[in-house]
Amino acid sequence: MAKEMRKIAIYGKGGIGKSTTTQNTVAGLVEYGKKVMIVGCDPKADSTRLMLGGLAQKSVLDTMREEGEDVELDDVLKPGYGGVMCVESGGPEPGVGCAGRGIITAINLLESLGAYEEQHDLDYAFYDVLGDVVCGGFAMPMREGKAKEIYIVVSGEMMAMYAANNISKGIVKFAESGGIRLGGLICNSRAVDREQDLISNFAKELGTQMIYFVPRDNMVQKAEIHRQTVIEFAPDAAQAEHYRNLSKAIDGNKMQVIPKPMPIERLEELLMDYGLFD
Amino acid sequence: MLDQTPKKVVEREALRINPAKTCQPIGAMYASLGIHGCLPHSHGSQGCCAYHRSHLTRHYKEPVMAATSSFTEGAAVFGGGANLRQAVNNIFHVYNPDIIAVHTTCLSETIGDDIPSLVNQAREDGLIPEGKLVIHTNTPSYEGSHVTGFSNMCRSMVSYLTKSSGEKKNQLNILPGFVEPSDMREIKNILKEIGVPAVVFPDTSDVLDVPQTGKFDMYPKGGVTIAEMNSTGDSQKTLALGAFASEDAAKMLQTKAEVPYEVLDLPIGLSATDRFIEAIVELTGSEPPASITDNRGRLLDMMLDYQQYLYGKKVAIAGDPDHVIAMTEFVVSMGMIPTYVITGTPGKKFVLRIKGILKDINPTAKIKAAADFFELHQWMKNEPVDLLISNTYGKYIARAEDVPFVRFGFPILDRVGHSYFPTVGYVGGMRLVEKITGVIMDRKDRDDPEEVFELVM
Repeated sequence: MAKEMRKIAIYGKGGIGKSTTTQNTVAGLVEYGKKVMIVGCDPKADSTRLMLGGLAQKSVLDTMREEGEDVELDDVLKPGYGGVMCVESGGPEPGVGCAGRGIITAINLLESLGAYEEQHDLDYAFYDVLGDVVCGGFAMPMREGKAKEIYIVVSGEMMAMYAANNISKGIVKFAESGGIRLGGLICNSRAVDREQDLISNFAKELGTQMIYFVPRDNMVQKAEIHRQTVIEFAPDAAQAEHYRNLSKAIDGNKMQVIPKPMPIERLEELLMDYGLFD
Repeated sequence: MLDQTPKKVVEREALRINPAKTCQPIGAMYASLGIHGCLPHSHGSQGCCAYHRSHLTRHYKEPVMAATSSFTEGAAVFGGGANLRQAVNNIFHVYNPDIIAVHTTCLSETIGDDIPSLVNQAREDGLIPEGKLVIHTNTPSYEGSHVTGFSNMCRSMVSYLTKSSGEKKNQLNILPGFVEPSDMREIKNILKEIGVPAVVFPDTSDVLDVPQTGKFDMYPKGGVTIAEMNSTGDSQKTLALGAFASEDAAKMLQTKAEVPYEVLDLPIGLSATDRFIEAIVELTGSEPPASITDNRGRLLDMMLDYQQYLYGKKVAIAGDPDHVIAMTEFVVSMGMIPTYVITGTPGKKFVLRIKGILKDINPTAKIKAAADFFELHQWMKNEPVDLLISNTYGKYIARAEDVPFVRFGFPILDRVGHSYFPTVGYVGGMRLVEKITGVIMDRKDRDDPEEVFELVM
């Protein structure tokens, strides 16, 4: 019998560390023998850099532009660290065309090429989505049950939480029709005051959980410079263990909810309570 | 076919059923055809262009030439720049127009293609041959209507083509509005009879009403020339006929070349034509020639002779704002009572203007902009009228409600004549009186009992 593939989308404010967190989490899952595909949904096409040891990937849209609509799956799927299947949707240069439409096109093409079909025997598909959900295109992974679980990467900074709250609104919109659920918040620490408390409570108020608190560690930066995940670069480092824990938490996560986004005033109150306590 | 339209009117916010308007690019394409040697270009997918061309053809019964950027999925994602460059190159090589007038579509508007910089780049890269021109206008169809698109292209004609030599010319600029080739021809006739040199733009006469010669001409002899357009900045004054279709371009002419302007109604009907003639003769200082005053006299005579059949008749009028405004005033002048007056084009000033015309005649008339035929039909079911005046789409309502019907405005897809016989000027007024009295008297002949069935009417 075919196993049920878990389709997960990672959202969060731009620059929060979605790609890094996703790839390290995936590296952790690979260590447990899981078979994973990462679909990068960012015009910069850098969601699989740590898996492939650089920006070696030709994006779906680049391929489509060059070869026309006659694209083969092998043209765009590249195996990376631990056999992870890597795909980048790609997109137009900044200021031109429509990146949102690009994501829709790329995901539809991947589906029609059968990237998610059983013969690939996948345990997980991860969508790594650019920044805020600015238009329908960036919500594509949430639509029509493409991803079933969403994790939001957040930190204790105001704008990151604001983005997380907005993304939750997007989830609510698609929860009823597409059946997607919020699996939790991943706190990627910025080392702001009482961050862990703040995000735990923020998560509780959203009706979800802080699934893991990833502390800030320079090791991440070091590994990135070497185009590797921490797990690959320094498997014995403390940070590698944190990512393994996050992978385990996601693998065993049973808490899937429709979030309850809050009004901006309430969000500000939370920050007052936890952030500015002096 | 519309027998199921419910009588009960329910408040609707967003939904429009059979809106009394169509896409912006249709108006822009029509205006572009009024430039001599111009190939309109639709920057978007093929379907838009195909529909807009065929819709114009269905109305004018003439081939309508236009090119398209032919967007595919890739263009939607990466922008239509490459397609536009390729198109410009192909068009000048294969079809060799003097000028390409680009208008956008919903798709290219939404992805935000920057047409001016794409065109500039194409020029720098030598894709636009020496002496050839590419102009553009933005026509998102989710805003305004085909009238807005027409107005936008007229404004772009000015912003791209109007020049000031510093020396004033003894000529007028006339923006005729979104009217038929026959109407533009009639406006030019009137100007000629009065003896006023003028640039009429756009001008689709001799473009969309060409004689059958057995030979196809991609760029027929009509249309305002580029040289004429260049000279509009030196004109004494601009008369903008129809605020919705023409005012923006006139305003742009004033801003760009300090040519003063006056906005008039479309010269449809007696009073509106009077005002048009007055505005022209005011500039010449001479009396209008007898050929014109005689026509006026004939129209007035016709209106008087048949007023008894029209007096007190209730009318529903639907169509484009400038047309409907002029027509409302005209039917009032014949003793008729406009009961329902709608346009599909958004615009509060339409409602205000019609209210002004009807304030003493029928202050409770239902007047609506951004309206649809469905609601008009519902009103007519609740309180019937004696006459419906609208474009072809009104025929379904006329049939369902068994109401006399006069086709007027754009589009007329099922009758002949509009391209050849004007509705503007005194001559056009006579044609409208003929049409209106015709359907009303036909109805009377059909319905009258034998004892009052008259030989002489």
